[in-house]
Amino acid sequence: MQSQPQQQGKGASVSEDPAVEVRHAIKQFGQGDSAVRALDDVSVSIRRGEFFTLLGPSGCGKTTLLRLIAGFETPTSGQILLDGQDITNLPPNKRPVNTVFQSYALFPHLTVAENIGFGLKMLGQSRADIAARTAEMLALVQLEAMSTRKTAQLSGGQQQRVALARALAPRPKVLLLDEPLSALDLKLRKEMQSELKRLQTETGITFIFVTHDQEEALTMSDRIGVMSRGQINQIGAPREIYAHPTNRFVADFIGETNFLIARMQGGVATLPGDVALPLPGSRADGQVTLAVRPEHVRIVSRDTAGALPATVSHSVYFGTDSHVHLRLADGTEVVSRQQTDAEGAASPEAGTGVGVSFPAGAVQVLED
Amino acid sequence: MARKTYFDVTRLPGFSTIAVIVFVMLYAPILMLVIYSFNAGSSVAIWDGFSWRWYVTAWQNEQVKEVTLRSLMLAASAATISTALATMAALATTRKRAFRGQTAIYVAINQPLMVPEIVTAVALLILFAAVKVATGYQGMGYLILAHTAFCIPFAYLPIRARLEGMDMALEAAAADLYASPWQGFRHVTLPLLMPGIAAGMMLAFVTSLDDVVISLFVKSAGQDTLPTYLLAQLRRQVSPEINAISSVLLLLTLVLLTTFFLLTRKKD
Amino acid sequence: MSEAESQRRADEVRRSWLLSTPALIVLFLGAMGPLLIMVVYSFLTPGRYGNVEWVFSLDAWRGILFTRDIFDDTLKLADAHLTIFWRSLKLSLMTTILAFAVGFPTAWFIATRPRHMRAFWLFLITIPFWTNLLIRTFAINQIIRNEGFLNTALLKLGVISAPLQLIYTDTAVFIGMVYVYLPLMVLPLYAAIDRFDTRLLEAGYDLYASRLTVLRRIIFPIVKPGIVAGSILVFIPALGAYVTPRVLGGGKNMMIGNFIELQFGQGRNWPLGAALSVVLLIIVAAALLVYVRFANRDSTHG
Repeated sequence: MQSQPQQQGKGASVSEDPAVEVRHAIKQFGQGDSAVRALDDVSVSIRRGEFFTLLGPSGCGKTTLLRLIAGFETPTSGQILLDGQDITNLPPNKRPVNTVFQSYALFPHLTVAENIGFGLKMLGQSRADIAARTAEMLALVQLEAMSTRKTAQLSGGQQQRVALARALAPRPKVLLLDEPLSALDLKLRKEMQSELKRLQTETGITFIFVTHDQEEALTMSDRIGVMSRGQINQIGAPREIYAHPTNRFVADFIGETNFLIARMQGGVATLPGDVALPLPGSRADGQVTLAVRPEHVRIVSRDTAGALPATVSHSVYFGTDSHVHLRLADGTEVVSRQQTDAEGAASPEAGTGVGVSFPAGAVQVLED
Repeated sequence: MARKTYFDVTRLPGFSTIAVIVFVMLYAPILMLVIYSFNAGSSVAIWDGFSWRWYVTAWQNEQVKEVTLRSLMLAASAATISTALATMAALATTRKRAFRGQTAIYVAINQPLMVPEIVTAVALLILFAAVKVATGYQGMGYLILAHTAFCIPFAYLPIRARLEGMDMALEAAAADLYASPWQGFRHVTLPLLMPGIAAGMMLAFVTSLDDVVISLFVKSAGQDTLPTYLLAQLRRQVSPEINAISSVLLLLTLVLLTTFFLLTRKKD
Repeated sequence: MSEAESQRRADEVRRSWLLSTPALIVLFLGAMGPLLIMVVYSFLTPGRYGNVEWVFSLDAWRGILFTRDIFDDTLKLADAHLTIFWRSLKLSLMTTILAFAVGFPTAWFIATRPRHMRAFWLFLITIPFWTNLLIRTFAINQIIRNEGFLNTALLKLGVISAPLQLIYTDTAVFIGMVYVYLPLMVLPLYAAIDRFDTRLLEAGYDLYASRLTVLRRIIFPIVKPGIVAGSILVFIPALGAYVTPRVLGGGKNMMIGNFIELQFGQGRNWPLGAALSVVLLIIVAAALLVYVRFANRDSTHG
């Protein structure tokens, strides 16, 4: 028998001791010259009961990391720990971890109930226990009426729920979700997002969720790990990641960002047009990249003190807001997001000379 | 260069006519064969009215009964064994990372398809003649071995196709849900593979039942199969009795093929 | 790779080999191994009552093309053998060409049917393919034999006054082989045409091509892999045909296959039969190599 999956707790209480720990994981595919490093020295610690999201573009290594935790791949080097125990070389069927697959991978020859009960059957539980737990799971995902159907007869959203119920039924210590919402249409995706969040809170199980959709990540997660090129760039709460991206990739991948080249000296940044901007928090020196979100860029009159001189090049109207594209003295393009006001005032006309300013607190000094 | 054009771009002049003629020509001889199996007279060209007489004659022919049973037994053994072996080989050569020697296995499995039957037949005759002298064994083993070998590629193809069409994540999902590799195979892979296995078995059965050249060279005295018996009968005078036997064989093939198509077409 | 990783991989490969082994053993005993023994036999001396004597000899290989004159012991070209080789080659090539000429329109016809009807037409082609070859050849035999349906009907209609001698001629073998092997041509052609993007035809006509030009310059080059596959699939069994020439060609109009059989029967020259089989095998291997080259080259650009 494998170690019993933990008792499920009520309410998502995030504790500090890690549920999953990945230590210096390297995963290389192929050998010699054709070798590709899918994971390049990744270390991450995922807390018990949290909703953790691995976010990144396709090919960044997020799915590989998930498969490593599930046991479908073994790391080339490094360690995976579950509740402090080394599970690096345990096969997937010996790990108290379950997966919701991107394709759902529902067994087409089994009914909905048989799918949900599959894991319990493999664990050797009694018929009565399996029936009880399956009924409980069907209720949890609101599919009681479908229990005897074959999975091919279900809609995409229903299949998704079966996949969830099937993975949750054996009470895993950690639930892994591999882009589970990518096959659904927009409306259903929104519904399932809150559904997933509800399930996570109700069951208290640690969720590790893989996605390339930043909005999905920002709305659902307790913490996000942003990945690119086989490495984790930044780990933090959604607000932290959005407000304080540490490098250019994170700033660019999540939301929209203006990048400005500046010269730093003694806590003061010199911006294009020789405008000085005090950034007391930063100890950087020499040339740096500054990131400013469009919603923090204010358009002011040209002669405002501390404003960067700019010219309006064009603007794009989006309904709730519009993006005004401005060109700075050195040619850098900066976008300012203007909330549409009650009067529906028009954006400044192209060619107008204006000033651009932003609060010092909205400026991020990036590492690279 | 301009010609008269109907503006259906896919239409090519005369093609449909040729195709229809081809279909007619393909079925006309078989149809004639079946029609004359019901001839009351003993000619295969002059119609003397409808009768079951030749079916009765064939049914009462002890030799026909004997060779038919032998053929069915042979086809059933060869199909069963070759399907079992082909299933294992298909599981070994699909849905995994390619390994060194995999191409060699493909070539070995498909080899009977590439070598002309007469060559294989002669080669088997040479080998088995020596073995028969050395061991004194004259039984059906030789025919079963030879048929099993050339049935393997026919059984292998639909099984492999079925395996390749299966979602790779299904076995991963089984393992993720605590199934051991054996349990995963028993509860997920095998049930999903069954239509492919049944289809492969049917093709193997039909292929074995069809064979005349290899059986002719491999059989020992008194081991005629239905096809080798029919071939020998052709030397003598033809009567609609042969048509009757052929028609029954055709019907059997048709039933098996239809089942095969229904099995492979249905996607669950 | 880590140790655990390579261990897992090694186990997987070992399991693959273990699973393949039973099939490989049967294939070796029942298909591949005998071919090797056959090669050995082609270098032995024929036994007096068939079989062989274990004495090395090149006579069989020489015997393929030459005979020893009984009077002056000189080597002469074996005309009878050459006739058989030439007939085999000629009939196989003609069969391939006619099968293509009628098979291509048929495949095209099937591929241009409405989608839900294609499976039906394809099934119609597949049934004869899986139907007993002997029975199909026999069906042709019954129609064209002297007292068969065709002659009886023509005589009755007064078109002819004496039966046409069709059976036991090269023509009969030719017709029979086209009939029997046609599905092998149609199926790969259909597969290639089915993948063909018909918008290319619209583009062709839009650019002022005639129907003939479209066929020659657009359709044929693109479906070439299917043409090559179909031709090889027809040519190989036609060259090694045994049943069709026997049932429709009689004893005189032999092809290589029947000639090989003869060496193991009345001819009592097993080494010659083995050597002829090896030659046939080499021709087939060459044809397959041509196919592999064509198929590979064409798959790289669509």
